[in-house]
Amino acid sequence: MTAFFRLLARNRLALAGLIVMTVVVILALLTPLLPLADPDVTDTGNRFQPPFSEGALLGTDHLGRDLLSRLMWGTRLSLAVGFAAAIAAATIGAAIGIIAGFYGGRTDNIIMRGVDMLMAFPYILLALAIVAALGPGLLNALIAVAAVNVPFFARNIRGITVGIAHKEFVDAARLAGLSNARIILTEILPNVVPVIVIAMSTTIGWMILETAGLSFLGLGSQPPQADLGSMLGEARSALITNPHTSIVPGVMILIIVMSINLLGDGIRDALDPRLKSGALSRPMAATNVDRKETPPAATGRGLLEVQALETQFHVKNRVYKAVGGVDLHVEPGECLGIIGESGSGKSVTALSVMGLVASPPGVITGGAVRYEGEDLVGAPYRKLRSMRGKNVAYIFQDPLATLHPLYKVGDQLIEAIRSHRPIGKDEGRKTAIELLKSVRIPNPEKRISDYPHELSGGMRQRVGIAMALANEPDIIIADEPTTALDVTVQAQILSLLDDLRRSRGLAIVFITHDFGVVAQLCDRVAVMYAGRIIEEGTTAEVLENPMHPYTARLMACVPELGEGKRRLEAIRGLPPVVDKLPPGCAFADRCERVQDVCRQGEIPLEGEEGRAVRCLFPVTEPPPADAKPAQSQEAAE
Amino acid sequence: MTGYILKRLLSAIPVLLGITVIVFLIMAMIPGDPATAILGSYATPDNVEKLNRDLGLDKPLVAQYFIWLGNMLTGDFGTSFALNRPVLDEVLERFNATLILAGTAFLICSVLGIIAGVVSASRQYGFADKSITFAVLLGISIPSFFLGMMMILFFSVNLRWFPVSGMWPVYGDRNLWVLLNHLTLPALALAVVATGVIARLSRSAMLEVLRQDFIRTARAKGVHERGVIWRHALKAAMVSIIPVLGIQAGFVLSGAVYIEMVFQWPGVGRMLVDAILKRDILLVQGGVVFVAACYVLFNIAVDVAQSLLDPRIKT
Repeated sequence: MTAFFRLLARNRLALAGLIVMTVVVILALLTPLLPLADPDVTDTGNRFQPPFSEGALLGTDHLGRDLLSRLMWGTRLSLAVGFAAAIAAATIGAAIGIIAGFYGGRTDNIIMRGVDMLMAFPYILLALAIVAALGPGLLNALIAVAAVNVPFFARNIRGITVGIAHKEFVDAARLAGLSNARIILTEILPNVVPVIVIAMSTTIGWMILETAGLSFLGLGSQPPQADLGSMLGEARSALITNPHTSIVPGVMILIIVMSINLLGDGIRDALDPRLKSGALSRPMAATNVDRKETPPAATGRGLLEVQALETQFHVKNRVYKAVGGVDLHVEPGECLGIIGESGSGKSVTALSVMGLVASPPGVITGGAVRYEGEDLVGAPYRKLRSMRGKNVAYIFQDPLATLHPLYKVGDQLIEAIRSHRPIGKDEGRKTAIELLKSVRIPNPEKRISDYPHELSGGMRQRVGIAMALANEPDIIIADEPTTALDVTVQAQILSLLDDLRRSRGLAIVFITHDFGVVAQLCDRVAVMYAGRIIEEGTTAEVLENPMHPYTARLMACVPELGEGKRRLEAIRGLPPVVDKLPPGCAFADRCERVQDVCRQGEIPLEGEEGRAVRCLFPVTEPPPADAKPAQSQEAAE
Repeated sequence: MTGYILKRLLSAIPVLLGITVIVFLIMAMIPGDPATAILGSYATPDNVEKLNRDLGLDKPLVAQYFIWLGNMLTGDFGTSFALNRPVLDEVLERFNATLILAGTAFLICSVLGIIAGVVSASRQYGFADKSITFAVLLGISIPSFFLGMMMILFFSVNLRWFPVSGMWPVYGDRNLWVLLNHLTLPALALAVVATGVIARLSRSAMLEVLRQDFIRTARAKGVHERGVIWRHALKAAMVSIIPVLGIQAGFVLSGAVYIEMVFQWPGVGRMLVDAILKRDILLVQGGVVFVAACYVLFNIAVDVAQSLLDPRIKT
């Protein structure tokens, strides 16, 4: 709650709104005590005095009445009526909503049908009908405005009540034999009151505006009594000759409603947890780059080379080092596997290549990504865009989320091509069919006019692959493309990728957490942990003879068929949080071979001929399959 | 699609009936003898009795409702005593003027609101975003009737760009140019609040969509940022913007009442207010039912538009 107020206070506009509103309310409360002229005494000799004239600070109206005094009394009346309408609407609406939500079933059905009917009206028609029936007058206008807003509260509160009515504590109260009325009063009501209050605070401005509106139309307060709306309504006939009589009450309404809106926005923002975390930021077209040091020189290794890449997430004043200095390269036609647990930085590494890390909060803070020797980090957006999909294409994990739900798959394919070269309608269609055929989608002539949700998961991922192939790229970065699929489909997709790679000479960077997949597809593999590569080598070497304790333990997690009874070993502990990485080895806390030196300072990735490990005490023998992780495991428990 | 439209139209029938019930019940709240209320206190007893018989007011409430409903279904909304002409004729004529005003305002607020929201979202926290956010706040806080008055003062009286009020000049031709000249200020004044609300919602809908995976996919395949924002993101955001357009149409229709008063626009809103002040009950009743029914039908059109946009909606 204090955090809420602090957040509210930090929102300067909301605070300004609160202050202005408080001042207005206090002035309205004090009005009877202030030395003001009588608001209803007419003095036609002194009509339409301009502002700042003798004895009338804001001038006088068409009957010579003091505008300042009328403004104060009018404000008081408008506020009172607005508040009263809000409270009435909230009380009645909440009562209806609670009853509907609590009893459910037929009661709920009938009530909510009625509420829906009321909401089918443009609100003012309903208000006008009510005023027509009751006759013009301030009280009737208040009733009309309150009645029109009842459905809004009823619907909101019903929603909340339905959620609460099935909670355990309500069931407990029922079992304890409390009457429904008791349960509603003691269990339900206290939980919905905050919602009611918030809904009310955001609608009060609206209610004031609506009652002022009815008064403006001459249907609310009747002369000589005046609220702000009827002041404005009366002044309308003298708008052109004496605008100040209109401007004074109009500006007051504007001030009141605006300060309430500011405050309401502040409350809403303070209550929305997503705003606190900054999760509502929009990702830019390309990842921000903020390199402190000049990037390393090109070495000429590989078609794509990643050098000392550092990508961080800056959230508030925290820095998450998602990628902390990664070096990779891929040769043409080669398949490189990147393996690691979730959060190890493998996806961020992959997305950094084409500047696709969501930014904010992502920032590339160091290193280089070289395509044919040319550094792409910090390259102008135009350059990056022209290469995306054309030179380096991506396949993402969940094809339902990664395909646009509202475009036909054929159109999405054609768009991929059209982004890089102009293509006619017929040719586009033909190419799209060709592409779908090449990823073995049956009946492609029909499938191109399907929407993504009409395809199965495996078919969708084939579309994703077809889209990546559309511009015949040299490199495909596949970010866990089979994780969301079931096993048989996974095998099909993998063999498809392998065929495409061999037939087209594609280089593939394959990101996964699955050693089985790596074994099937990859020539070389890099193991990532806490944002860094901790071991790399050819797939055969790494799988048969893992050197880093982490790799070894990770492989021991994979169950194997025909290996008899073997204890599956989970790795104890969790990966470190990348905003406070320990000095030295990031795996030290979870490692059985850890010694004091492991925690002291940087450990380099060392080795030769592409076989390297970042460990001071690498495993030299593969661990016996049935070895017990003895004391350590128990110590952890 | 035709089946879906039919289904939606059928489902509107209970809503339309509900509307007539509600209006009927509200009118039944009128204290005293309705015929006296309709004819005014100077009516002769003979006339009161005749009207009571004509309207079936001597029958029980339920029977009265069905008589009224049956009459309306045959196009007989009764006769306005103040204007001495059939209610339906008057309402249709006035509704035409309201439709021109509210329709134009709706067009303005939809287009401007969405554009402002998209620009605001794509330049989040930038100068354009901050300016738009502030303008939106001002727009949704200013009472439309006050804004209309200030516009008259500034654009009509000071600058003399537009006529002060009315839909047509008292003398002279009635052509499109003249109409647009008269329409500009009221339509703008009416559109301002809804523009603000739509801009606000479009902004947050866009921000929501821009974080989604398929946007990243679009970027990854090299779609230009303009295409990412105006095609991919906006199309997906429209799914949550369209229902709000439907709601805002109701607010525009409501706000038209004030604007018609300020600009002396001969629409149905001003007709209703006049009718209320003259206690012309049948005219109020007929006008409210008619406009509410049109609004219900409009909302069906919104649903249909939504289902055309989003293939995932089962039609």
